[in-house]
Amino acid sequence: MRQFSWFNATALTLGFAFLYIPMIILVIYSFNASKLVTVWAGFSTQWYGELLRNEEFLNAAWVTIKVAVTSSTIATVLGTMAAYVLVRAGRFSGRTLFSGMIYAPLVMPEVITGLSLLLLFIGIGLDRGVLTIVLAHTTFSMCYVSVVVSSRLVSFDQSLEEAALDLGCSPFDAFRLVTLPIIAPAVISGWLLAFTLSLDDLVIASFTTGPSATTLPIKIFSAVRLGVSPEINALSTIMIAIVTIGVITASLVTKQAAMRQARDERMAERPA
Amino acid sequence: MRRFILIAVPYLWLVALFLIPFVIVLKISLSDVALARPPYFPQLDLSAGWEGLTSFFSALDFENFWFLTTDDLYWKAYLSSLQIALTSTVMTLLVGYPIAYAMARAAPEWRPTLLMLVILPFWTSFLIRVYAWMGILSNEGLLNQFLLWLGVINEPLTILNTNIAVYIGIVYTYLPFMILPIYSALERMDDSLLEAAEDLGCSRLSAFWLVTVPLSKNGIIAGCFLVFIPTIGEFVIPSLLGGSGTLMIGKVLWEEFFSNRDWPVASAVAVILLLILVIPIILFQRNEQKQREAEG
Repeated sequence: MRQFSWFNATALTLGFAFLYIPMIILVIYSFNASKLVTVWAGFSTQWYGELLRNEEFLNAAWVTIKVAVTSSTIATVLGTMAAYVLVRAGRFSGRTLFSGMIYAPLVMPEVITGLSLLLLFIGIGLDRGVLTIVLAHTTFSMCYVSVVVSSRLVSFDQSLEEAALDLGCSPFDAFRLVTLPIIAPAVISGWLLAFTLSLDDLVIASFTTGPSATTLPIKIFSAVRLGVSPEINALSTIMIAIVTIGVITASLVTKQAAMRQARDERMAERPA
Repeated sequence: MRRFILIAVPYLWLVALFLIPFVIVLKISLSDVALARPPYFPQLDLSAGWEGLTSFFSALDFENFWFLTTDDLYWKAYLSSLQIALTSTVMTLLVGYPIAYAMARAAPEWRPTLLMLVILPFWTSFLIRVYAWMGILSNEGLLNQFLLWLGVINEPLTILNTNIAVYIGIVYTYLPFMILPIYSALERMDDSLLEAAEDLGCSRLSAFWLVTVPLSKNGIIAGCFLVFIPTIGEFVIPSLLGGSGTLMIGKVLWEEFFSNRDWPVASAVAVILLLILVIPIILFQRNEQKQREAEG
């Protein structure tokens, strides 16, 4: 019997209060009428209006989304390939180096990744802007994708793939028709992870960007350095809302998919 | 052929955008600063042939590393990064363990929801989560207003722009990394072990120390490394919540690069930071490996 004592209840209450109260305060004060963020002066949505009229923020948001969509899509393709290589390709020369290069970016301090990529881009004379941020983001997020996808690849039954090959599928068709649908949830969560990592990144983007491309985190950081501002609160609220809706939807969808898969498996096991 | 392409594409991508940049950092850390574009010397001139190559290598030296040892800003920054990372890891463990413990003891139908509540902040922008504390911790901030209202203090406490704010920021943003591995270790634990310990005369508390904590050891170690390793090179938290007295190496590197424009020294700072990180990273990998073997 597991006992649920007052200690556990207190730990959970205090813990989740600690995690959520700062964000709730942030959201509440985005509706504050006063410019002073710490004094409540009545309900107002004026900061949202000002945010929508602020060209710089809108441009930065657009750049950020473009970078995030492009880099996470390329990263998903490359990361899935890398995961497949790690799990299925067997031995090849340089395998240790390869897996090292997959895991190293996960623990690398962002300042070092950013610095090294910037020095590369300058060394080869590449103009810094959207392209260089996309290259940088793709590189570190493909490693996250490959970790997520390879954990799924390890756990699934390889004989399914072999059956498809025996039945006359080409290796590519076997991947497309058998492997891909099975690992699809991992691929999708890999994409989502890559997307949020890119959306979120300040340090690497600051190093690899040029004057032509400012992303939202860079914009927020330079505004926030001067102090708290209600416009940033409004922006944060919008971002928190998008993430919350996204995560809840994703978890409902995966729950449904898992139930459907469990049902299919039961049907398959039933003797005809 | 297909297999070759499958391996070659991600391989070459990582070599070009991960490995080669490192070689460049290493090379520039051995160069000298120069008033030129790019601002360092020597440049590799392949058109000069063998002679260019030898003169290039003979111009490289360890001067920047020597410089790092003479100016005490740098080693103080390394030490203070390590100290801040260590202290905040312990604090995160103390905050995170009870939460993970309570989650693992909650009713099974509640656990997925609790898990999602822990993961949700992780998907929210890091920058925003750090920013949220600026309004709370400032002199006119909500925490001070609240404490003044309670009558605990008579004048506002200075928390923002001190190391205390940095600790709070780190504990807050890295808490999910600590909770998740500990939770997954505790969730697998067999409760009958605790019952056995109590039947054999252990008190509740000693059963916790002698059974629960050792069984969650791997989770604790994993969580601590997941907090400790990224915290050492942290930049956003010390620059937003810390003050001028907060020395952290990520911030020093940033300033060396963007404000002082001294690329060779910035590269040397990066190389040393990497050397410092190698030990915890290897220990972390070992722990993961051991865990996999234990499960496998």
